[in-house]
Amino acid sequence: MTADPAWIEKSLTAARPRAVAALLRYFRDLDRAEEAFQEASLKALSAWPKNGPPRDPTAWLIFVGRNAGIDAVRKVARHTELPDEDAISDLSDAEADMADRLDDGHYRDDILRLLFVCCHPDLPATQQIALALRIVSGLSVARIARAFLVSDSAMEQRITRAKAKIGRAGVAFETPDADARAARLGAVGAMIYLVFNEGYSARASDLAGGGKDEDARRSAALFAEEAIRLARLLTGLFPSEPEVMGLLSLLLLQHARSRARFDAKGEIVLLEDQDRGLWDRTMIAEGLAMIDKAIRHRAPGPYQIQAAIAALHARAQRPELTDWAGIDQLYATLERIQPSPVVSLSRAVATHKLHGAQAALAAIAPLADRLAGYFYFHGLRGGLLRELGRIDEAREAFDRAIALATTTAEASHIRQHLDGLCAAPQAPKTR
Amino acid sequence: MLYAILCYDHEAVTGAWSQEEEDAVMGRLMTVQKGLEAEGRLGPVARLMPTTSATTLRKSAEEPLVIDGPFAETKEQFLGFYVVECENLDAALDVARDLAKANPGNGAYEIRPVMLYRPNETKAETR
Repeated sequence: MTADPAWIEKSLTAARPRAVAALLRYFRDLDRAEEAFQEASLKALSAWPKNGPPRDPTAWLIFVGRNAGIDAVRKVARHTELPDEDAISDLSDAEADMADRLDDGHYRDDILRLLFVCCHPDLPATQQIALALRIVSGLSVARIARAFLVSDSAMEQRITRAKAKIGRAGVAFETPDADARAARLGAVGAMIYLVFNEGYSARASDLAGGGKDEDARRSAALFAEEAIRLARLLTGLFPSEPEVMGLLSLLLLQHARSRARFDAKGEIVLLEDQDRGLWDRTMIAEGLAMIDKAIRHRAPGPYQIQAAIAALHARAQRPELTDWAGIDQLYATLERIQPSPVVSLSRAVATHKLHGAQAALAAIAPLADRLAGYFYFHGLRGGLLRELGRIDEAREAFDRAIALATTTAEASHIRQHLDGLCAAPQAPKTR
Repeated sequence: MLYAILCYDHEAVTGAWSQEEEDAVMGRLMTVQKGLEAEGRLGPVARLMPTTSATTLRKSAEEPLVIDGPFAETKEQFLGFYVVECENLDAALDVARDLAKANPGNGAYEIRPVMLYRPNETKAETR
């Protein structure tokens, strides 16, 4: 193991959530914790190549960061400085002591707390995402700004405002009891899912068409990859939580399809038409392994069920081999434990496959009011009407969908349907 | 003599590799493997999925205990490994239970899905 710059950079990135989380507990102040980590990272860059990498980089960074933070406080208070850590690489006894006290059980609540401050209910989704990417993942403001397609200064402002809000709200530093921990875990899971979904959202995919293709794809991938990294982190800390496993599985199985989701022109390719050879088999294998593990607990939850649905799609070698009856059953369970018109709409796709367009149309009819402003409702409805030969109604539904489309890729996809209305009837599909 | 070479590293670091870094490392490793392969010295090569995908079957006096995650206790050492084709986790656990029955006592079997597997063949012989 050599301390070359690339290795150091990766080690700093890998250590960041644990180290910042421990420093946050110590200083009880997000800015100070971040500054202390920054300070420790700078020292690592000069000390590690000279003295060799430490045995436990995370413990080293916490130890040095803590001293740097105290140092800063003392300097302000005109006290004497602490000895310089530049000379130290392996902190020997001190480090071993730190490592002992900061075993995984200790880290667990620290990191959960760090993640939890990012999902404060007062923060809008975009601020939660930006904050998590900045504080936990350690991405630069410029990188996050680029992913959100806003200016650096706008992103800087957004993050500063979010931090101020958190500062005012205060963070609970006591060790959470089982209930509080479960609540935090739920909120953090939802936040990670938000990060992931940002990759699918308007801004990222709106650029999918046209020349900025690669940029858009990279931004979309960034959100997905960071979300998967966060979900992995959480799974490592809570190895026996079936919903955490379900979340990781869901993200892996969905992200595995990312390369097949858009064609060369940036047009949406529906699940059924995707080149399954472009699906990432390694990611699928890990996603299937995780859902396998989760199911053993016999404690189903929304993430597990959605992952199980994604798993049935992933397992189908060809679209016609898809286990639609299984998918329908899983959606039925999801409808029961987490009722939502969007879930019912998704189930209608399975209904269509199993019982035909007429049955699916009947299934979505009661959703019309609640999903009046939902793009996919009108898109699916248009497809079903077209299949039934009700062309004028289909056209009307597609027109509505286009009006509600939030990305050019969505709009252009529906426009193709409109153009094809005179062609042979075709089934509607999911993405 | 055949040697098993077990790989240990910081998962969080290797997990943070970009696709390019990953490809570069795997490419370099492949070069080493090709050399060994040409000499008829390379046996099965496996890369395991992250520890989060692991399940542990801990032996006990009664029915073995199934636990999520890797077996992290440092008192016991990694003594060898099997590569077995299984339909799913339950089937793999059945195999582990059989192994536990055949070799009762202390210890545990960590069941970890394989991410990359190259069986290969060597000319070496061992008991």
